[in-house]
Amino acid sequence: MIVFSASGAERADQIFVLIKHWLMGYVPAAAQPLASAVLSVVPILMAFPLIFAITTLLERKGLGRIQNRYGPNRVGPWGLLQPMADGLKSLTKEDIVPDSADKWVHLCAPLLLVVASFLAYAVLPIGRNMVVANLSAGVLFFFAIGALVEVAIFMAGWSSRSKYSLLGAMRAIAQMVSYETPLVLAGLVAVMATGSLSTVAIVEAQAQYTGILPHWFVFTPWGFAGFVLFMIAATAESNRSPFDLPEGESEIIAGYYIEYSGFKFALFFLGEYLGMFATSGMAITLFLGGWSAPFSFLTWIPSYLWFFAKLLVITCGFIWVRGTLPRLRMDQLMHFAWKFMLPMTLLNIFAAAAWKFFPTGVVRWFACAIFLAVAFVLLTRGLKKRGDVRARQYRFAD
Amino acid sequence: MTLVFLLLAAITILGMGAAMSLRNPVRCVVGLTVGFLGLAALYLQLGAQFVGLTQVLVYVGAVAILIIFAIMMTRSTESPEQQTFSRLWFAGIAIAVVVFAVLGWAIHFGAHMLPTQAALPELPVQQIGDALLHRFVLPLEIIAVLLTAALIGAGVLALDDPAGEKRGPQ
Repeated sequence: MIVFSASGAERADQIFVLIKHWLMGYVPAAAQPLASAVLSVVPILMAFPLIFAITTLLERKGLGRIQNRYGPNRVGPWGLLQPMADGLKSLTKEDIVPDSADKWVHLCAPLLLVVASFLAYAVLPIGRNMVVANLSAGVLFFFAIGALVEVAIFMAGWSSRSKYSLLGAMRAIAQMVSYETPLVLAGLVAVMATGSLSTVAIVEAQAQYTGILPHWFVFTPWGFAGFVLFMIAATAESNRSPFDLPEGESEIIAGYYIEYSGFKFALFFLGEYLGMFATSGMAITLFLGGWSAPFSFLTWIPSYLWFFAKLLVITCGFIWVRGTLPRLRMDQLMHFAWKFMLPMTLLNIFAAAAWKFFPTGVVRWFACAIFLAVAFVLLTRGLKKRGDVRARQYRFAD
Repeated sequence: MTLVFLLLAAITILGMGAAMSLRNPVRCVVGLTVGFLGLAALYLQLGAQFVGLTQVLVYVGAVAILIIFAIMMTRSTESPEQQTFSRLWFAGIAIAVVVFAVLGWAIHFGAHMLPTQAALPELPVQQIGDALLHRFVLPLEIIAVLLTAALIGAGVLALDDPAGEKRGPQ
């Protein structure tokens, strides 16, 4: 009877786990594996689309604020019901499939995208004891699932038989393949520090405190560099501005999903945002301490609330970046991936390895920080000297 | 043979069969991907997490994407007019049957020679890592050098003309 022995804070922390155990008590033993899976999966299937709906509103409001306009403010008080209106609209719209399209592949693409995006959540620890599958190779699972998204995007782009879709798909796949390498290498430092590929073990390694400060990897030099590099690569992986060439509205309209309408279009939108939340969740797990509290005296707040608070902060960061930075050009994108991101992630791995061999203390912190700063300065200087990277020139704005 | 195994085997065989028999190359790639995924799921069902996930990462993430790139860049997405099967299909089937028979025979009569399998290892991924960096470190390094050489070679091949003129906006 954990319920009665636990303190109030612990009970609030474990409430979903306890509810699941309580419900499982009513299930016959034969059906328990299935019921357990359903009870773990259904909350994720409900929570993250809801967050998606809230995020679309937040994004439109935020972008409106950045661009000096109001954003949606007609449906409900302060436009709060706008996501519902959007959802109903996409449900009632006609589903148009081009005559020359490959009907089956055209239908399967959005489904595969959404399924693959949801699968990634299986290894994200949302709270203490709240993970669908604690795989011993969880991080590997997460990156393997990313490959399915690329296949789905290709299916969508090719099956529509439209030049814009095909161009968008080619751009998207080239971009995702290029940025997958720095994404994995940037995340690798957290795995090296923990010595485990299990997401649960990585979070538990960070959920310890010295004084009041936690052991989050982002507070180490290699962790900070890894986090920044990971987030840049994650922005590119989720095709968001400034890396939104695959769907750049002014160039190829909506890219690979231009020939989709109605609810299939909404599914693409959903899949994209789910992918963004999943990679953000992975960044939180690897560097920001997952569900652990930022100070030791705040551990009484339930763990899942910390996870979602961190997710909200990162989402706002994404919206801010989208409203601030202009789109890159294709060659700039590739230069950036292969000439800056890849060497920098490799140097970061070196720094993380050196960290392991230094004795614990302030010295190794400064040694790693100075090494990474020097590496960053030299790398960017070298690229600038060769002319690979230069300040942007605006033809009409200067 | 559990129900899960039968389902996964059916998915794998259907996917691979589609990859061989469909006319449209893009549908073949999709079939191939389904086959790879089914195979990965079979590995996972056997408890080989690392092998299963690497199967997805390498075969779906790299091999299928490579084929997709080849198809997209060569405009060969139209279905061919004539028959797609080679005229020597019966020879292919004969070779496949012989290979399958040899493999089946070897597994059936060689099972007693295998060391008796104890319980599953505690941390399989960690053990694979240990083995790679201790016992098999030399082959690993040789493969790494080989792959680096291939990467540099591909880069050199993809460079601009020997004249050295740079094309396009930099």
